Amino acid sequence: MNVSMTVRLALKNIKGNRLRSGLTMLGLVIGISSVILLVGLANGATSSIMDDFSSMGADVITVSIYDSEKGMSYTELDELRKLDLIENASPYSMLEATVSKGGNKVKGSSLVGCGAAYAGMIGAEVEKGRNLSPVDIENSIKAVVIGNDIAKKLWKNKNPCGDTLKIDGDDYTVVGVLKSTGSSMGNNTDKTVLMPISTAQYLGADVSITEIYLKAVSEEDVDTATAEAKAYFKDKKKIESDYMDVYSQKQMLKSMEEANRTLSLLLGGIASISLLVGGIGVMNVMLVSVTERTREIGIRKSLGAKKKDILIQFLMESTVLSVLGGLMGIALGIGIGKIISLFGTAFSPSIGMMMISFAVSVSVGLVFGILPASRAAKMKPVDALRYE
Amino acid sequence: MIHLDSLYKTFTLGDETITAVNNANLYIKSGDMMAIIGPSGSGKSTLMNIIGLLDRADEGVYTFDGMDVTMLSDDEQAVIRNQKIGFVFQSFYLLQKLTALENVMVPLLYRNIGEKEAKRRALDMLERLKLGERIDHLPKQLSGGQQQRVAIARALVGEPELILADEPTGALDQTTGREIMALLKELNENGQTIVIITHDAHVAEQAERVVRIEDGVLKEEGQS
Repeated sequence: MNVSMTVRLALKNIKGNRLRSGLTMLGLVIGISSVILLVGLANGATSSIMDDFSSMGADVITVSIYDSEKGMSYTELDELRKLDLIENASPYSMLEATVSKGGNKVKGSSLVGCGAAYAGMIGAEVEKGRNLSPVDIENSIKAVVIGNDIAKKLWKNKNPCGDTLKIDGDDYTVVGVLKSTGSSMGNNTDKTVLMPISTAQYLGADVSITEIYLKAVSEEDVDTATAEAKAYFKDKKKIESDYMDVYSQKQMLKSMEEANRTLSLLLGGIASISLLVGGIGVMNVMLVSVTERTREIGIRKSLGAKKKDILIQFLMESTVLSVLGGLMGIALGIGIGKIISLFGTAFSPSIGMMMISFAVSVSVGLVFGILPASRAAKMKPVDALRYE
Repeated sequence: MIHLDSLYKTFTLGDETITAVNNANLYIKSGDMMAIIGPSGSGKSTLMNIIGLLDRADEGVYTFDGMDVTMLSDDEQAVIRNQKIGFVFQSFYLLQKLTALENVMVPLLYRNIGEKEAKRRALDMLERLKLGERIDHLPKQLSGGQQQRVAIARALVGEPELILADEPTGALDQTTGREIMALLKELNENGQTIVIITHDAHVAEQAERVVRIEDGVLKEEGQS
């Protein structure tokens, strides 16, 4: 019998037992779709985090101080700027506040107190008006630079520069609008409001600065610049290394990537366990099927089927079963992933993962089918034929 | 064509050893129509399984077409079953999920004959047995007599040297049984070698040669 006939025969037998085949496949569908889904979500998370960070310059170093008593004042930041390999420094403080104009609230906006250099460091450019200036900061001016989405939502096509924006009931003058970065997730600058750190301190930001963005003189020097900054905080500010994190974006990306790889492996591992369970299901059903069809095996042997013929017939059946399950699983995984991504969670299925899943379902069929199939092939014709 | 020389086959049931075939010696000539008759438990089924290469004897030599088949491997025996033996069983043993046509094609497919050619030959055979209008029916859509004719078509399609029929009328009513016997006789008249295993004297008396088996011992009637 040729391959196409064997496949048709297998399909016929699978169709002939719809409920059982369906339930067996379900195990594999769940296994494969969870692999596709979980790994796709992990990949999506990785790439969206990467997007956020890569918009930030590779020459940026972030500093977090966990001992607020040892935080810095704005003027102290000048000391950092004087370091050999540091070009600029900006404080950073995230605030919780309601942003509105004429009663229209902006949902999902983030308010950042910072210095003049901050916008440049996160890769944001000014589209209209101007950036925050050192003068704004020194004088705690109530000036804000707003992200593109906020400008569009509240001012439509009008120029917001010079107009006022209400933050927690207080009026702030819009001095500039940032160019849209179009980034999809997380710290989206399109929905950010930037204001002088000194002004932000009126809105509740800690006077002691504990989050600082530094810019190295060049990308090549970023590692040495990181070391220099670390040494500064340790020697001059007497901060123990346990109480601070000084990271270059490069290092951050690297550790993030590692964490995500671990996450992918972990999720993949959990999903593989469900695949294993699915495979055992296939074996179980094939064993039952071989027993039930002992008579058929006997008849086929009496008509001249060799061991190989019977082996291939049952192996093909388990393989077709698991491949169908695998294909459905891939489709279901992608489908669910796409639906989830409609709600804003990134999902990026990889072609490689799909190919691996397909290969895995073929091998599940072969591996878990071999025992039942060889049991069928080895039956003695007389025993199989006279089986009651 | 077939020569059984001092065949033995024993089974163990609990502590008891049963000799199902005891020193069987038998010649079957090409063109013979032979009945092997015996009550149930006489060893006739075991003998038929051995002749059909479905089972192996413990001792003795079985020669088919001049070849000692006792020493052949399972797969080599499968080839002989496929090419030289056609089986007709009491309960037909059709493959239930396949149509009449597909059932008849099976032996040819195991011989690696192409699907088209197999279909052509199977159709011819079903036409010859007046089943031309039933080719797409499943076994359960056919009457007992029709099913047995499909089974005979399947046995004949590979042009075997021997048709081995195990109680071919056992599951049929009298009229249908007579029709099937008439068909087998007709085939024999055209030169087909047929061995019928039965417990029914009416069936046996239609054969030219009748061999009786009792407690595993063979004895041909009309010979001392």
